[in-house]
Amino acid sequence: MSQPQTTPPDPLTAGAAAYEDAQGEMFQTLAPDGSVIRPEALPDVPTRLHLYRQMRRVRHFDERAWVLYRTGRMGVFPPYGGMEASQVGTAAALTHDDWLFPTYRDTGAALAYGLPIPQTLAYWRTSPHGWAMPQDLKILPFYIPIATQYPHAVGAALAERRRGTANVAMAYIGDGGSSEGDFHEALNFAGALDAPCVFILQNNGWAISVPTRTQTRATNLSRRADGYGIPGVRVDGNDVLATYHVTAEAVRRARAGEGPTLIETVTYRIKPHTLADDPSRYRTDADNLGWDAKDPVTRLRAHLLAEGHLTEEEDTALTREIEAEFEAALAVADAFPEPTPAEIVDHVFAEPTPQLRRQRAQLLAEEQA
Amino acid sequence: MTATAPSKTKTMTMVAAINDALALALERDPAVHIFGEDVGVMGGVFRATDGLQTRFGAERVFDTPLAEAGIVGMGVGMGLAGLKPVAEIQFAGFLYPALDQILSHLGRYRHRTRSRYHLPMVVRAPYGGGVHTPEQHADSPEAILAHTPGVKVVIPSTPADAKGLLLAAIEDPDPVFFFEAIKLYRSVKEEVPEGYYTVPLGKARVVTEGDDVTVICYGGMVEVAQKAAEAARAHGIGVEVIDLRTLVPLDTDTILASVQKTGRVVIVTEAPRTGGFHSEISATVAEEAIEFLRSPIVRVTGFDAPYPPFTSIEDVYRPNPVRVARAIRQVMAY
Ligand SMILES: Cc1ncc(C[n+]2csc(CCOP(=O)(O)OP(=O)(O)O)c2C)c(N)n1
Repeated sequence: MSQPQTTPPDPLTAGAAAYEDAQGEMFQTLAPDGSVIRPEALPDVPTRLHLYRQMRRVRHFDERAWVLYRTGRMGVFPPYGGMEASQVGTAAALTHDDWLFPTYRDTGAALAYGLPIPQTLAYWRTSPHGWAMPQDLKILPFYIPIATQYPHAVGAALAERRRGTANVAMAYIGDGGSSEGDFHEALNFAGALDAPCVFILQNNGWAISVPTRTQTRATNLSRRADGYGIPGVRVDGNDVLATYHVTAEAVRRARAGEGPTLIETVTYRIKPHTLADDPSRYRTDADNLGWDAKDPVTRLRAHLLAEGHLTEEEDTALTREIEAEFEAALAVADAFPEPTPAEIVDHVFAEPTPQLRRQRAQLLAEEQA
Repeated sequence: MTATAPSKTKTMTMVAAINDALALALERDPAVHIFGEDVGVMGGVFRATDGLQTRFGAERVFDTPLAEAGIVGMGVGMGLAGLKPVAEIQFAGFLYPALDQILSHLGRYRHRTRSRYHLPMVVRAPYGGGVHTPEQHADSPEAILAHTPGVKVVIPSTPADAKGLLLAAIEDPDPVFFFEAIKLYRSVKEEVPEGYYTVPLGKARVVTEGDDVTVICYGGMVEVAQKAAEAARAHGIGVEVIDLRTLVPLDTDTILASVQKTGRVVIVTEAPRTGGFHSEISATVAEEAIEFLRSPIVRVTGFDAPYPPFTSIEDVYRPNPVRVARAIRQVMAY
């Protein structure tokens, strides 16, 4: 399982019935201690192990990013630690024929989807190598302006349908982002035009310093789907088997021509907004209370150990494998050459305008001077 | 500065001076309301509104949902109905969702109601580069606003100006965009008058006088131009640096008086080159003072590309003293 999968793990063991139940209540498969709540919704064991491995990988990235930032080897980085189930479980339900539109918070989703680690590091190190998207992945660079990606997903989904494929588009957003007009317009368009879209709304409690209760009177963001006549699902965002289950069902629906779905993953941003942010200015330790106990990685680990699907030895071996993978990728990223000034004006148009040509010549002349 | 400028001063950064101005405005006029993303509890991502909610209450200083069109659009309604909205857009590069409200409405109310209604709104937005921010955080969209009839555009370059211009903007009966160079928030400190005073909109500041070249700039580019001017002075070239302070209204008198004296013009901005406000200044000088010009006008600008988020080369995009000095030499060659 060292390569990211290109086909979604199959099959769903439960399907539509459990999905129907999820409307309104919060869908869960595992209790925080790892015990099974909803056996009928568990994916098969290889899939569970795949999701576990991906969560460990992306958690390792998040932890190493922090260290690299501290030592000046990383730019501004928005951490997602604690939100791995929300990102991995959703991204894992796609194939590489589908589209993924991530925000800055979704490095974990991008990695789980298959964005190579060196490139991901390069993006957050502000190197152009992080902007060159792989040919074999339908993924866009992390979206920095809030909510603008949502209408794009609708457009990409429609384009796939027009081309006669069964491919879908998935976009992420935060609870704060769901206040923007683009979010609402996209949901409405997707519903009205039957676009094969899966909208992931990660409700992690905060938009920088603004808690969800200041953001909106709505207490169940999945219900926003009602206004647009599309299904809304609320899922425990720290339960990866649950996020995977409901997303896989939403993807199935979209592929089958049954239209878009909004999925609210209820999770928490344990870490600062970015590594440059100081959350003590706007929240107390009490606000965070209880969220460590809901940790998505330890939850699935407890389940896998208890059911005998994973041994301590295998887990230790996995740790070593993940560390080695990251260090090798870091070496690749370290070897990317620094950009040259003329790159500023490259890739603006297919054919540079006369003005850009002049500006490029000027940059080259200045480089020489 | 107004004649009422208090004589006692205090050393302040630009962000502290802005905070001081906002507090004074809230104190003086109960109609003033401050709102935006993270401006309340947190005091803004740059701390420009730090402590204001505690002091003036959550009705007058409040966090909004994350939606720029909503922020500006709500401000339009507040302003129409008699309040003094002072909104913050977290970064000027995130102003774009609000452009519909700005272009369709903010600047048009006085005109479309024959002055029955007007909009005394201020929109503050940090702008510009030089501090290694991620994508879209370093935009300089001032030309878009300056091209919008009915809105004023203010861009201070010093703490004392920031305070006085912001108070003038809040007093102003028409909508004002107030762009704050992120680079300058904490990099400069100076003596700032205590208490309430205003710096009038529409009046440029002659930063340094000189007879040979006029360098026209504003906001984050003023210190860059000053460094280049100092270097030129060491070579015996007299450089007059003009800080526009406001793009709308534009102080053409100060510009033209200087051009008549020097006959040479360099304009410096960090915005993209094509269609920038620098081009407007250049055209104005060409129209009104061509007979005084001894050389072509030279613009030193960003490039016709998005501001690069690539830390190692962003300083190439943003004009630096070397590039400005080169432009000065270029116009002196005539
Ligand atoms: C249009 C726009 N406005 C403002 C910002 C500044 N900003 C960056 S992140 C953020 C908060 C986003 O919160 P949320 O959508 O809940 O996502 P989270 O960061 O919690 O993942 C804000 C206001 C932005 N990037 N884009």
